[in-house]
Amino acid sequence: MTTNILEMRNITKEFPGVKALQNVTLNVARGEVHAICGENGAGKSTLMKVLSGVYPFGTYEGDIVFENETVQLGNIRDSEAKGIVIIHQELALSPHLSIAENIFLNNEIKGRFGLIDWGKANQEAQKLLARVGLREKATTKISDIGVGKQQLVEIAKALSKEVKLLILDEPTAALNDEDSDHLLDLILSLKGQGITSIIISHKLNEIKKISDSVTVIRDGKTIETMNQEEITEDRIIKDMVGRDLEHRYPDHTPNFGEEILRVEDWTAHHPTDPTRVVVDHVNLNVRRGEIVGIAGLMGAGRTEFAMSLFGRTYGSKITGKVFKAGKEIKTRTVTEAIDNGLAYATEDRKNYGLNLIEDIKRNISMASLKKLERLGLINDGEEFTVANQYRKSMNIKAPSVLSKVGKLSGGNQQKVVLSKWIYSNPDVLILDEPTRGIDVGAKYEIYTIINRLASEGKGIIVISSELPELLGICDRIYALSEGRITGEVPIAEASPEVLIKYMTMESPR
Amino acid sequence: MSTELKPGGGPLGTEEVGPPENRANSAIGHVLADIGKNGIFIALIAVLVLFAILTISPQGDSILLRPQNISNLIVQNGYILILAIGMVLVIVAGHIDLSVGSVAAFVGAISGVFAVNMGMPWFVAILLSLLVGAVVGAWQGFWIAYIGIPAFIVTLAGMLIFRGLALIVLNNSNIGNFPPEYRALGNGFIELAPIELGVRSSLDLVTLAVGALAIIGLFVQQFRTRVGRAKYGQDVEPLGFFVGKLVLISIGIGLFFYSLAAAKGIPVTLIILGVLVLIYTTVANRTVFGRHIFAIGGNRHAAELSGIKTRSVDFWLFVNMGVLAAIAGIVFTARLNVAGPQAGQGFELEAISAAFIGGAAVQGGIGTIGGAIIGGFIIGVLNNGMSILGIGSDYQQTVKGLVLLLAVAFDVYSKRRSGGSR
Repeated sequence: MTTNILEMRNITKEFPGVKALQNVTLNVARGEVHAICGENGAGKSTLMKVLSGVYPFGTYEGDIVFENETVQLGNIRDSEAKGIVIIHQELALSPHLSIAENIFLNNEIKGRFGLIDWGKANQEAQKLLARVGLREKATTKISDIGVGKQQLVEIAKALSKEVKLLILDEPTAALNDEDSDHLLDLILSLKGQGITSIIISHKLNEIKKISDSVTVIRDGKTIETMNQEEITEDRIIKDMVGRDLEHRYPDHTPNFGEEILRVEDWTAHHPTDPTRVVVDHVNLNVRRGEIVGIAGLMGAGRTEFAMSLFGRTYGSKITGKVFKAGKEIKTRTVTEAIDNGLAYATEDRKNYGLNLIEDIKRNISMASLKKLERLGLINDGEEFTVANQYRKSMNIKAPSVLSKVGKLSGGNQQKVVLSKWIYSNPDVLILDEPTRGIDVGAKYEIYTIINRLASEGKGIIVISSELPELLGICDRIYALSEGRITGEVPIAEASPEVLIKYMTMESPR
Repeated sequence: MSTELKPGGGPLGTEEVGPPENRANSAIGHVLADIGKNGIFIALIAVLVLFAILTISPQGDSILLRPQNISNLIVQNGYILILAIGMVLVIVAGHIDLSVGSVAAFVGAISGVFAVNMGMPWFVAILLSLLVGAVVGAWQGFWIAYIGIPAFIVTLAGMLIFRGLALIVLNNSNIGNFPPEYRALGNGFIELAPIELGVRSSLDLVTLAVGALAIIGLFVQQFRTRVGRAKYGQDVEPLGFFVGKLVLISIGIGLFFYSLAAAKGIPVTLIILGVLVLIYTTVANRTVFGRHIFAIGGNRHAAELSGIKTRSVDFWLFVNMGVLAAIAGIVFTARLNVAGPQAGQGFELEAISAAFIGGAAVQGGIGTIGGAIIGGFIIGVLNNGMSILGIGSDYQQTVKGLVLLLAVAFDVYSKRRSGGSR
């Protein structure tokens, strides 16, 4: 029986409108690799932010006991001083600085007169790089190395802080298999050096491979902690999804009409590196009333496809043809795409979808102001009425349509985004990760809205990383791998296994 | 303002959300909410009262509030306020314009060449000068919108370029003796029906009538908005509070026009300014173009993905700024009756200060024309009051700098407290 290095007791954390964590308990034994599983929005990242001081002491309830001592972490520096270091999914490296500069950022090695001793810093950095098995010079710029290597730099940076508990948030999400394997081996070798790790991951095979125990979180609650012998993928999935799996998706009776959208030979290249093909001769179609899914791993080119199609907002050297109801249309600018009946709800609501400092009303009208124009002036009253109708029909929970969108919960924000696009009256809606970061109840509502749109005769394309979601709501699913459509599966034949096979298919070149 | 879900409540879809805290129900609550919203308006009144008291003369009246001085306040600050109108829009879109002072000087010089050296009719000279302003704006807008150079850099360059061009056009000397119609734009007054009151004072009836019209217009407009809001089911203020506020504002307007009537009548600059404020407030709030400016400032990516042509909006925004800088340049030149190479120095800083004191957000997306105008008046009253007190420009600059800093600090603080950060 090992002693626990960390005990998080009854942690509760609330955000406006959402209880993100409710009485979550997490015990991590010294020297183990402890995996945390859960669906998107289950509360994993929130829990880790509590632990690393991002959400300071006082903004949550419950106790954190680290090395048998109750700690009150006010910020990231506090937690790092204790030896708790978190590596976020989005790496926190400064691209124009060197590896060594990044490793010792805010932790600089000082020489005489308080000046930075770069000679020593580079030397120390080189030693750390050797420890993580990265063969690069410490003076190399971060922007000159790949994501896999950058991940190793992050770990080297953590080691420089004398880390005792290393938290990795989806460390392999953006890595290829080779880099992933290397990273997992590194975590095991750090374990050999006495460093405890918490790893958040969606990849169950990975978890099974390296973890000593697994804690599953669902809807902000701890479901259970399994030890090594108990870990099976099935059990993790069952815990993650919960028993009411069959009720997570509303019933949907498909009623297909004519083909509304067809895309032929759609090809797009990387915006800054036009030699790289990102979307590769994609062909697909959608009928009226049909919900079509696009499955693919991160980097498969799903969002890139959608954005290149929607007014060429991504990529360079874009070629291919688009047909709406059999007639060729152009979508060279967003305005042109909207005028031709397309809508694209982005995967990144906050940065690309909403004006957070504006109210609900103005966000909903943003893409369709022309409709509200009378003699060159916007009809305020009509705008208010329209927004209010959407607030009611979409069940946007806010005191009024004059509430600022930035204060709404993720689910309500997403309903505002959907309202905006529905008001633009499109024939085809492309919904990119429509339920990302949304709690379970709101997800159900979003699915209901999607169904309603389909039954109104619109064509829907849903891009999602969550296979259960695609399987739950789509009528047909395309699998995308390395920018190519590698499979097209009717829902009756679709299963996670089938989709994953296509999603991981290497395209013949 | 959170929309808390009741624990154990029914399925998430079925819950209706009640009204937020009863913030809208008491008149006191309204006063407090209004102070939060109209902090700068109250700041303007505070500054006015402060200097009104500080400038009480040995005769017992306040020099600041003398009719002649109130009239001067408008004429001396008109061009800054005109610039502030354009500047706040530029700032809302997330840009800045450092060149407006130089552009004003350049256009002033050009208009001198047209109106004096070439002897063109005054209105032709003015129209051509406005066109030059538009071209200058298009030049800067091109680099900012289509080449993607930050506005700070483009207009910093513009500040040098157009100051230089002003010097070249003027050949290092002044142009004076503008035609009287041109001069009227800067120091003309409309006084049609003065009635004599005693020996040395008179009141202009037309000015008083305009003041009365302004008050009636305010009442009509406010009531129509209120009825409209109520019709669409929006919250409205309690009637007593609403009327009380209107009466107070009306008294202010009345006193203001009374002062003008007692001085020389309505300054032409005020008419220009009033027309511009009406036009631009409508543009900002009620037109697609105006909404696009706010959408771009709030989130440029989201605006682009909503089909807003961000480059085109940026471009026309700077064309517009160029035209407003031209108007400011003409008004300033007209007031001095001289186009000089050093005209307009520091205008950009006063206009930018006015916008920020008036509540514009540095990150863009937030700002009002009314706020910028009030911000400009605060600076104007500070300038004027301190000058009356004989405070040197050394202290004046220091005070103005501190006021800008504190105004923005207060704004940031109050936004953070209301949870509006992010």
